[in-house]
Amino acid sequence: MSNEAALHGHSEVAHSHEVHHGDDHGHHHKETFITKYVFSQDHKMIAKQFLITGMIWAMIGGLMSVLFRLQLGYPDQAFPWLEDILGRWAKGGKISPENYYALVTMHGTVLVFFVLTGGLSGTFANFLIPLQIGARDMASPMMNMLSYWFFFGGSVVMMSSLFVQTGPFSGGWTAYPPLSALGSASPGSKTGMDLWIVAMAMFVVSSLLGGLNYVSTVLNMRTKGMSMTKLPLTIWALFFTAVLGILSFPVLLSGFVLLLFDRHGGTSFYLSDIYITGVGALPNEGGSAILYQHLFWFLGHPEVYIILLPAMGIASEVLSVNSRKPIFGYMAMVVSLFAITILAFLVWAHHMFVTGLNPFLGSVFVLLTLLIAVPSAIKVFNWLTTLWKANIRFTPGMLFAIGFVSLFISGGLTGIFLGNSTLDIHLHDSYFVIAHFHIVMGVSAFFGMFAGIYHWFPKMYGRFMNNTMAYIHFWITLVGAYLIFWPMHYEGLAGMPRRYLDYSIWESFKQFSELNKFISTVAIIVFAVQLMFVFNFFYSIFKGRKVTTLNPWSATTLEWTTPIRPGHGNWPGEIPEVHRWAYDYSKDGRDFIPQTEPIGPDESNHH
Amino acid sequence: MEMVSSQRQKVHPHKFTLWIAIGSIIMMFAGLTSAYIVKGSLPGWSTVEMPQIFYYSTGVMLLSSFTMQMALKSFKERSMNRYRRLLTVTAVLGCLFIVMQVIGFMQLQASGVFLNGSTGAGQFLYIIFGLHAVHVLGGAIALLIMFFKAFSRKFRNYNSVPVEVISTYWHFVDFLWIYLFVFFLIKR
Repeated sequence: MSNEAALHGHSEVAHSHEVHHGDDHGHHHKETFITKYVFSQDHKMIAKQFLITGMIWAMIGGLMSVLFRLQLGYPDQAFPWLEDILGRWAKGGKISPENYYALVTMHGTVLVFFVLTGGLSGTFANFLIPLQIGARDMASPMMNMLSYWFFFGGSVVMMSSLFVQTGPFSGGWTAYPPLSALGSASPGSKTGMDLWIVAMAMFVVSSLLGGLNYVSTVLNMRTKGMSMTKLPLTIWALFFTAVLGILSFPVLLSGFVLLLFDRHGGTSFYLSDIYITGVGALPNEGGSAILYQHLFWFLGHPEVYIILLPAMGIASEVLSVNSRKPIFGYMAMVVSLFAITILAFLVWAHHMFVTGLNPFLGSVFVLLTLLIAVPSAIKVFNWLTTLWKANIRFTPGMLFAIGFVSLFISGGLTGIFLGNSTLDIHLHDSYFVIAHFHIVMGVSAFFGMFAGIYHWFPKMYGRFMNNTMAYIHFWITLVGAYLIFWPMHYEGLAGMPRRYLDYSIWESFKQFSELNKFISTVAIIVFAVQLMFVFNFFYSIFKGRKVTTLNPWSATTLEWTTPIRPGHGNWPGEIPEVHRWAYDYSKDGRDFIPQTEPIGPDESNHH
Repeated sequence: MEMVSSQRQKVHPHKFTLWIAIGSIIMMFAGLTSAYIVKGSLPGWSTVEMPQIFYYSTGVMLLSSFTMQMALKSFKERSMNRYRRLLTVTAVLGCLFIVMQVIGFMQLQASGVFLNGSTGAGQFLYIIFGLHAVHVLGGAIALLIMFFKAFSRKFRNYNSVPVEVISTYWHFVDFLWIYLFVFFLIKR
């Protein structure tokens, strides 16, 4: 009832068959286990489903990286236990080349899409949007539930591709044709690739259903007084994330449709002049693999910001709350989010500088790419000035938010190198690229996610996570991330290419064998610490210290006005009205003023 | 419900969601048609002669858009019998459109434009028109559901939002078809 009522409001529905009975919010539906925990339409439960599914994927994707790091760090050693867990993938304890590529490909696909897109914006958009804008639920709870189940279905299909005879897809997470278009090109291009496309198509549908909901919820379902400029920055960030997804994922889907027809319909959209040993010359003529790259990167670049913007929003919010200061330059933050959203669509060809792109066109894309440095720098400046002379509380969430800023700066600076088409001639496809994107969108997005999880865990489960484990988690992850990826810049500048199986047989890269060993060792340690985080998460759900006050962080936003364990509908009574922006910290001699408090007669007005 | 009385409701969220979804679908076809433009400028490009039946299917689509609008009007005037009739006509016209598209594809096949083999306008035409037909099919299924709801004796529902949503979507697939058709005529 609450969903339908929240949807239709007091509009013209009054005559529909579903008579609005009952006024008491506490006990409307009789909820069974299935409707509460499985096919739930409550945005908070859906958020938790996204989060836990994402965490499972993160562990699998992370483990994959540990496995191929073993190969990279110790190329001449055999690990017999690998054969025990991987079977024929690692005969004699050494990962076979095909499966090394499969691991790398799946690591990328899983982390980029299933963890940092589904797991990150799926979790926080679902959890925070209704709570922070003051809504009972999403615009369409049903579509929201479908969004999760498409994600789950895609996950199952992707997971099953790990177990097929010919292995999962192994042509790189970008799935460039012809490797992705021709089943005879490699073992992973057979069934594995079909399952990959199906899983990704379901993932796209899930993202679209979710994104439509987020946008229309933010624009239509805000509580009274909550004008757009009073929204917390988390909501702005999640809103722009959804807009990016809605506009770019369909183009990826178009690309996949053409790919599917190239695979099974005999078309030649991406294929031309191909000869395969053992098969012979193919009849396909006139296609171009570059077309796929254009379609892919038209999504692919916005995808980077789909991953990063939620982390930016979460970091802004957590930084402000724990600095006990208003966020510096709220409007500048919003405008720079908007600028990033626009620019995200205009820079895709910087992934294709060395594909034979017209150099003049390349220089236009260089300019547009480097322009992104402007809003990014504004954001960094604002985060730092928020921290400046602040009364900082070093909660685990805050540490991760600060870590996010650090990583975003380090990774962002190398983006300026890579955005230059001339430098890219040397740097493309090298470890420099790996280092850049892992720091700036991999680890830093993870830090944003961790900041969000530690900060909103009390709201999700009514308990706190263990602080000691959280601090260990933070320091080892931060130091480890830099120790893993910093040396990779150096390797990349020295010309070490990505995606090679064994560098020890190359005279020019032999010198890095000790460095590779070091990186692999740190990667294993950091992975182990992530497992500790997962333990902390699940342990704290059941045994964590209980939250006893409504507003444990003394935050201004609406989610802390709900009961400690809010039911479906979020607020037992009326939805509170909003009178001020979300960042009245240390104002007029008070530590914080909630958004629900009316502006006093002699109060200095912010806006 | 008392709890939503404080919420401002300008556009109904479902209608709003549909508009965003339409933007999303536009991006999908924009991706495909721009791929066509890029490929069309390459050497060795082959074009197709548009079968006559696509002109007729355009007429059917336009007509169905008209009947849909009439159905919405009758619904709002509470003349339910006329609404049901017009809804039925719209759904039938939608299905007829899909059948005509399939016939068009068969005629193209017969004239030697194949899906497999070297690339050309024909391959794009199959994919783009095919995807459009899938979107029409989705609308027709939604109409079918509305159709059964309209004949249900159990529920009396005078909420016009679902009808407005489906009619907006139906007009959209109509416009989309005209855009695609004109696009292929111009880029021949």
